[in-house]
Amino acid sequence: MSASGVARRIRVGWVDAWRGLWLVAPMTVGLVLFVLTVVFLPLMVLGIGVLLVPVFVAATRALADTARRRAEKNGVPIARPYRPEPKYARGIVGQVQRCRTLLGDPATWRDLVWLPAEFVIGMVLGILALGFIAEGVFGLLQPWLWKPITNAGDSGWYTFVKVDSDSRAWLAALVGVAYIVIGFWIAPKMLKVHAKWSHTLLAPTRKAEMELRVRHLTETRTDAVDASAAELRRIERDLHDGAQARLVAMGMNLGAAEQLMDSNPDAARALLSETREASAKALNELRDLVRGIHPPVLADRGLGDAVRTIALENPLEVEVTVAIPGRLEAPVESAAYFAVTEVLTNATKHAGASRVWIDLRHRAGRLRIEVVDDGRGGADFAKGTGLRGIERRLGTFDGTIALDSPKGGPTTVTMELPCELSSPKISPS
Amino acid sequence: MRVVLAEDLALLRDGLVRLLEAHGFEIAAAVDNGPELLKALIEQRPDVAVVDVRLPPTFTDEGLQAALEARRRVPGLPVLVLSQYVEQLYARELLADGSGGVGYLLKDRVFDTAQFVDAVHRVAAGGTAMDPEVIAKLLTRTEQRHEPLGQLTERERDVLKLMAEGRSNAAIAKQLFVSEGAVSKHTTSIFGKLAITASDDDNRRVMAVLAYLGA
Repeated sequence: MSASGVARRIRVGWVDAWRGLWLVAPMTVGLVLFVLTVVFLPLMVLGIGVLLVPVFVAATRALADTARRRAEKNGVPIARPYRPEPKYARGIVGQVQRCRTLLGDPATWRDLVWLPAEFVIGMVLGILALGFIAEGVFGLLQPWLWKPITNAGDSGWYTFVKVDSDSRAWLAALVGVAYIVIGFWIAPKMLKVHAKWSHTLLAPTRKAEMELRVRHLTETRTDAVDASAAELRRIERDLHDGAQARLVAMGMNLGAAEQLMDSNPDAARALLSETREASAKALNELRDLVRGIHPPVLADRGLGDAVRTIALENPLEVEVTVAIPGRLEAPVESAAYFAVTEVLTNATKHAGASRVWIDLRHRAGRLRIEVVDDGRGGADFAKGTGLRGIERRLGTFDGTIALDSPKGGPTTVTMELPCELSSPKISPS
Repeated sequence: MRVVLAEDLALLRDGLVRLLEAHGFEIAAAVDNGPELLKALIEQRPDVAVVDVRLPPTFTDEGLQAALEARRRVPGLPVLVLSQYVEQLYARELLADGSGGVGYLLKDRVFDTAQFVDAVHRVAAGGTAMDPEVIAKLLTRTEQRHEPLGQLTERERDVLKLMAEGRSNAAIAKQLFVSEGAVSKHTTSIFGKLAITASDDDNRRVMAVLAYLGA
């Protein structure tokens, strides 16, 4: 290993050793929380517990969330296992409902076990590296310390070395160096071990994971069914008011023309040319309708070229970069397309932007879409239904949308969708 | 004049064959899928090809791809593409090589036989025939983006539209019920206002306009 490599290892070891200690620090609070919770749980019968226990549970969850974040930083992501809370009634009734929900959630009890367990096990794991280093430093100081220590009547053992002479004290110092090296070496590893340990109690159990998943799927499925029903209604209405009505009118015109053919050829000719115009209009309407359901370029070429097309037709300066080697699954492609369209519409209509950058890329089984505009920013999820609509649309595919829009801009919308790539599909139109 | 025709719907293909034959075209080949189209274009070297965008086997933009590929191999091979939809992106791809002899029209333009036949002739002669839909979209977008079009008079805009579709001054004059001299006065004025270098060649004229419009 090079000198700089060694220096780096030492620096990392030193920092990580202290980070280990830092992991342990909040656990004193944790122990207090544990005691308080255990004391007040039985007092729920008296009423006072009903008021206080939810507070302790909330504090415990905050503490656990901190531990989860730190574990994630150390390479072990931990999902939040808690069940979503319903809307509670007001006053004491709501408070009781809240207690019932919190105590009915297995994650609450796992947290409660975690508090003292972390205090013992987490503590050991957290300070082990720093402990080794401290013990090592103590050994390193033996040549100067052994006399006062022996004079004070202590046994004078340092690990396996009986320190009763200068030469033996130097031997102890050598062992001390070994301790320090071990301390530095294990520091980063202990962080990882601690993170894994946190995972055992703080991550959702298999069952809780399934529960969360089922809940998510139920919600998104309802959204998807609602959305497609609304879409079908819209298509039905458009066909009924548009093409269908025009075809009826055309049929009537043709009938009338047929009757007039002999008696009044000029009138018949006028009717026929009117009918031809009506057929062109009907075609136009059908075209627009199909475009709204599934744009032809999307079907022909996939997401990249479809987005390039809407960029071409947009009045703003829109720059598109695409890195998608292959075709996405059709439903994902369609959802992503309409999401981009919606975001671009927002940028055009509301953000007052003059330039937009769209980046599409597929990596590691995920499609990532980034849309940046130079508008005035200040976009908000709470305002307007557009972004919520996109969130629901993408939710069906386990996709996510994130918004970053400080006042004054720029606005960045990032969407992610898990999906596989395939080679261009061959299917009848 | 020899034509290669590609259209997968038999009804429409027969209709087109009849229509073209009635107007003195000779059908060199009428095919119904992409690979055969490419083969026919390369082997027959027709004076003009009339091609449907969506063809088997993929039912995507097979016809367009075949036409573009044939034009790569035989530069300037005149191709008139028909489609249920006109897409800016496809218009751009057809015009990209700058060698002219391309057309891109909505399928229902076939209803107006005289105009359609005129478009086929224009493309065969190395000119262009762009669907009014494509031009209209380009114009609105350009208007939304920058000012110069605003300086054009109503009449000059009409002329610009027809010019971008690929019409000659004579044809524009006929359509707008004005003299050819008046049209050429308008075009000079348009070129001046848009700072486009004028040229006699009809096709170059279209290219200049389209380049200006950002196609």
